[in-house]
Amino acid sequence: MFNWTQRLADWLVYDVLKIAHKSKFGDALNFFIYDTIKIFILLLIIIYAITFIRSFFPPEKTKKILAGKKGNTFFAHILAAMLGIVTPFCSCSAVPLFIGFVEAGIPLGVTFSYLIAAPMVNEVALGLLYGLFGLKVALIYIISGEVIAIVSGIILGKLGLEKYVEEYVYQIKVGDAGIDFSDPTLKERLLDSWHFTKDLLKKISPYVVIGIVIGGFMHGWIPANALAKYAGKDNPFAVFIAVAFGIPLYSNAAGVIPLVSELTRAGVAMGTALAFMMAVTALSVPEMILLRRVLKPRLLAIFIGITGMGILFTGYFFNVIL
Amino acid sequence: MEIKVYGPGCRNCTNLEKEVMNALAELDVAANVEKVTDIKAIAEAGIMMTPGLAINGKVKSYGRVPKREEIKEFIKSEM
Repeated sequence: MFNWTQRLADWLVYDVLKIAHKSKFGDALNFFIYDTIKIFILLLIIIYAITFIRSFFPPEKTKKILAGKKGNTFFAHILAAMLGIVTPFCSCSAVPLFIGFVEAGIPLGVTFSYLIAAPMVNEVALGLLYGLFGLKVALIYIISGEVIAIVSGIILGKLGLEKYVEEYVYQIKVGDAGIDFSDPTLKERLLDSWHFTKDLLKKISPYVVIGIVIGGFMHGWIPANALAKYAGKDNPFAVFIAVAFGIPLYSNAAGVIPLVSELTRAGVAMGTALAFMMAVTALSVPEMILLRRVLKPRLLAIFIGITGMGILFTGYFFNVIL
Repeated sequence: MEIKVYGPGCRNCTNLEKEVMNALAELDVAANVEKVTDIKAIAEAGIMMTPGLAINGKVKSYGRVPKREEIKEFIKSEM
């Protein structure tokens, strides 16, 4: 699929710019052009596809679907985690969504399954993982993200933590936004998705490019496997440290994934890298500050603890089997 | 005309407020623009995704920043 990109990069660097083959700079530039084009094409395709699917799941619909599955059933958790992929999410929406879900009678555990999956499994992360690590790692990321969301949600649901939700949440009567929800036509969906994709790509592109450039420098300066000694499979603390650093670090997937891909080349084990990326995306300080408005400190701590444990476990698991 | 911009204060909420101001200026329409940051008030308005935009108590959009032309249409429809 990307042979032409390689040819284009070769032609630009070696024929148009006349940079010598095998020169360090020429090869780095070639790699940069090839990588950038490939990643942006994949991002474009994946963001567009997910945005299009998303147009069928506005938050009201998600809420209705989940509220219809009364109770803490296993199926409700799976559904919540899957809806988390296809509904739009930003950390500033976490609280209104949380209130909307709880008020609609969706069990707390199911709400958490959704809240864990939504930020972690997103179109930008998928596009970048596919572009930089390949399809297999991208799939591993989605599936383990979903499993963490489902399992953590089930555990949180079983603990009976409803009393640690701020009381006022239960007293809110959520109004009906009352927008006319006539289904958009196919043409409108396709067009709206295109606008959204364009805006999102514009927003993340500086981060992606900077990430790839810094990655390119690391490629030149850090020899392969230099970090293996510290963060390879043999260091049992590596995953723990990666998660501990990843949780407070607030970065978007766009900037962090290109760097992590270089770190794996430098010898950081794959499971450790996955755990780090998950910790960065799933749990962030700004989101926790917002969630604190609806969750009492104890519940917030349990939420972070269980999700963090799930990510840790995933990291160790993939360090063993990959 | 009462215009409310709902959002806890993320970047998109600020963008939306700016676009509303621009739309009003371009249409030469006067309106009360209020920024609602209280989580309770946001939820009570039925807005699950921020930023939200309501004109005269009617929610016009949420979860995105509408284009200026669209905001103008919203305003015209309430005049």
